[in-house]
Amino acid sequence: MSGPSDYQPSNPALKWIERRLPIFGLVHSSFVAYPTPRNLNYWWTFGAILSMMLALQILTGVILAMHYTPHADLAFKSVELIVRDVNYGWLLRNMHACGASMFFFAVYIHMFRGLYYGSYKEPREVLWILGVIIYLLMMATGFMGYVLPWGQMSFWGATVITNLFSAIPYFGESIVTLLWGGYSVGNPTLNRFFSLHYLLPFVIAGVVVLHVWALHVAGQNNPAGVEAKTEKDTVPFTPYATIKDMFGVSCFLLFFSWFIFYMPNYLGDADNYIPANPGVTPAHIVPEWYYLPFYAILRSIPNKLAGVVAMFSAIIILCFLPWLDSARTRSSKYRPLAKQFFWIFVVVCIGLGYLGSQPPEGIYVVAGRILTVCYFAYFLIVLPLLSYIETPRPVPNSIADDVLAKSKGKAATVASIMLALVVAGGVLLGGAQSAKAEEGGDKPPAQKWSFSGPFGTYDRGSLQRGLKVYKEVCAACHGLSYVAFRNLADPGGPGYSAAQASAFASDYKIKDGPNDQGEMFERPGRAADYFPSPFPNEQAARAANGGAAPPDLSLIAKARSYKRGFPMFLVDFFSQYQEQGPDYVDAILQGFEEKVPAGITIPEGSYYNKYFPGHAIKMPKPLSDGQVTFDDGSPATVAQYAHDVTTFLMWAAEPHMEARKRLGLQVFAFLIIFAGLMYFTKKKVWADAH
Amino acid sequence: MNPDAATIAAGAPIEVDLTPIAEGQDIKVFWRGKPIYISHRTKKQIEEAQNVQLSSLPDPQPDSARVKAGHDQWLVVIGICTHLGCIPIAHEGNYDGFFCPCHGSQYDSSGRIRQGPAPANLAVPPYTFVSDTKIQIG
Repeated sequence: MSGPSDYQPSNPALKWIERRLPIFGLVHSSFVAYPTPRNLNYWWTFGAILSMMLALQILTGVILAMHYTPHADLAFKSVELIVRDVNYGWLLRNMHACGASMFFFAVYIHMFRGLYYGSYKEPREVLWILGVIIYLLMMATGFMGYVLPWGQMSFWGATVITNLFSAIPYFGESIVTLLWGGYSVGNPTLNRFFSLHYLLPFVIAGVVVLHVWALHVAGQNNPAGVEAKTEKDTVPFTPYATIKDMFGVSCFLLFFSWFIFYMPNYLGDADNYIPANPGVTPAHIVPEWYYLPFYAILRSIPNKLAGVVAMFSAIIILCFLPWLDSARTRSSKYRPLAKQFFWIFVVVCIGLGYLGSQPPEGIYVVAGRILTVCYFAYFLIVLPLLSYIETPRPVPNSIADDVLAKSKGKAATVASIMLALVVAGGVLLGGAQSAKAEEGGDKPPAQKWSFSGPFGTYDRGSLQRGLKVYKEVCAACHGLSYVAFRNLADPGGPGYSAAQASAFASDYKIKDGPNDQGEMFERPGRAADYFPSPFPNEQAARAANGGAAPPDLSLIAKARSYKRGFPMFLVDFFSQYQEQGPDYVDAILQGFEEKVPAGITIPEGSYYNKYFPGHAIKMPKPLSDGQVTFDDGSPATVAQYAHDVTTFLMWAAEPHMEARKRLGLQVFAFLIIFAGLMYFTKKKVWADAH
Repeated sequence: MNPDAATIAAGAPIEVDLTPIAEGQDIKVFWRGKPIYISHRTKKQIEEAQNVQLSSLPDPQPDSARVKAGHDQWLVVIGICTHLGCIPIAHEGNYDGFFCPCHGSQYDSSGRIRQGPAPANLAVPPYTFVSDTKIQIG
């Protein structure tokens, strides 16, 4: 991409093709011989990381689309079936869902890097603007992708975000109708979002090609911010940059795998494991963490239209950055004031992200307004002003001089970057922890679970006892519709044999048909059947239970959570604490109390529960001592029942957890060795370049 | 990309028979994907709605502007909280009206905001009385 290539293939077949289509020459000049500055640091590997993430998202996405059903009634179930039944479906889904977060995480680092080192300045303005366009396309793609699982947060997120457009004067309502394809978010919305979600990544890929093209015309910026002048300033892309990128990518994959294999739901919202219901709104509607800063800006402005304008301006303003900041010195390394303001700006962005996840009340609104002003002030006041008043330090004469000047203190860089990565990851991604149904409920006590931690497995005995409790008690009102009898014999499950599972199934009556006479009939269950639900539909369930339909329990252990709060969510990132759901379920089962504390009124037909948000639960105390007898001599106490049935429900929600953690260990071992090899190869390759 | 014919047809006005709704009860129907509460108000609820000092309301609107003349007992409102779009629960709260479980907004028996963070009254959808016991929404 940087002029005609002098590449001459020696192989006659390659020569033949090269004469007709000089594609090898193009690849050679762009990715082999291409001169890259000698002093690039690891922040520059994020370009390669992003390319890999885009490819990975497209690859996993295409396979997921083969199994996904874009229909309002079937989408949620099809995603669950991907996770449960498709070979390595859980891996594909986790990679794609966490991959979106990783993609944004990497793009934010990439953008901050550009900001810090002045990579948007002449002659790279077009390169920068193309990047902003990619970012906008990513946001649209990410938003529409989040709608596809059709959970509660998908649905209500779509409602809130599409409603933003109704703020536009005159055309607003018709634009919203156009987005919805109806009078509210519904099946047509899901269908068009699916179509666009499949299309946009390829548009992104196209713009990425332009982005790389523009990069290779202008040449890469570098930490010193001075242009490469002589041959001594650069090294060929291969092997130097290639091997460095390989090391960067493998480190990033380690970080990525932490989420895929050990905390796939850390970045998600528990509410999204509840199927979309247009009749019930989640208590707090929060977007994915990567939109939170902009969500905070939106909410901090009391006027609806002004809020929407401010939110979009916050992104569009980046396009004008090359002209807002007219300082001649590129790199903030040599700009003492700009450097400080840059870090303040980073803190402002993270602060906005945190505020975006909090309820829009009281102090949070005030803080949001202050930070919104700071955000815009950085671009509109600070940067233009600094261009005039700041005296930059002298920049090195050439890249080669820069490399010679800092040849010491090298080893610390990698370590500090890795540390910065992990800490920044924890802080940024921690914003994902949203305010949950914490109002008026006590915090559930943390329990000891056999399945917690990186090596946790399900306690087979506990699963079998839990199944008994479910069958004898819970099943009277609660369904378990995503679990099939055959799953009881699956590896990593309760450990029954296929014959035992079939025998278990045959105790159930399953409705089948129609038969040749056109009538429905009942037959004994088979292993392939799913647990039958106690009520034919939600209305029947509601009517039979005083207006509150007992929720299906297949996903309850993942669909319930409580707020961990700051700083616990940071600790959780490292400790892999993932058991909010089981802790909550266990606490609810044990939280019934006869005596209602003073100051709380429980309406007729409800019961007091210490841990239920609002305390008034429609479910009567389900478990009492001695209700279920265990064959293995475990105590017949409520605490034991609650613990066992919760373990069972966790397995029902996450049946492949053991396979996930096992594969995770293998992947980690591989990646650590691979990254080590890459690191030492890189050292060897670069030995003469430093 | 505008709504297709089937969607528009499904969004056509609907008729709701009011006879099964006893005094003091209410039903929720969905029209154009939005929940609509139809309440058969009791005498007490009507009186409370009419006898409120308008100046004390955050979004002042007389009860007569929110129901159809001669059909004081029927309140028809879109059940979407004007705060953040949650769906309020009927027959809860301190004002004999609606209570939003999300952020505690309370609406009175006329669907007017009385307490809590919501800025406006519950919206009244377009509807007409076809007969004394039947309304058409839309």
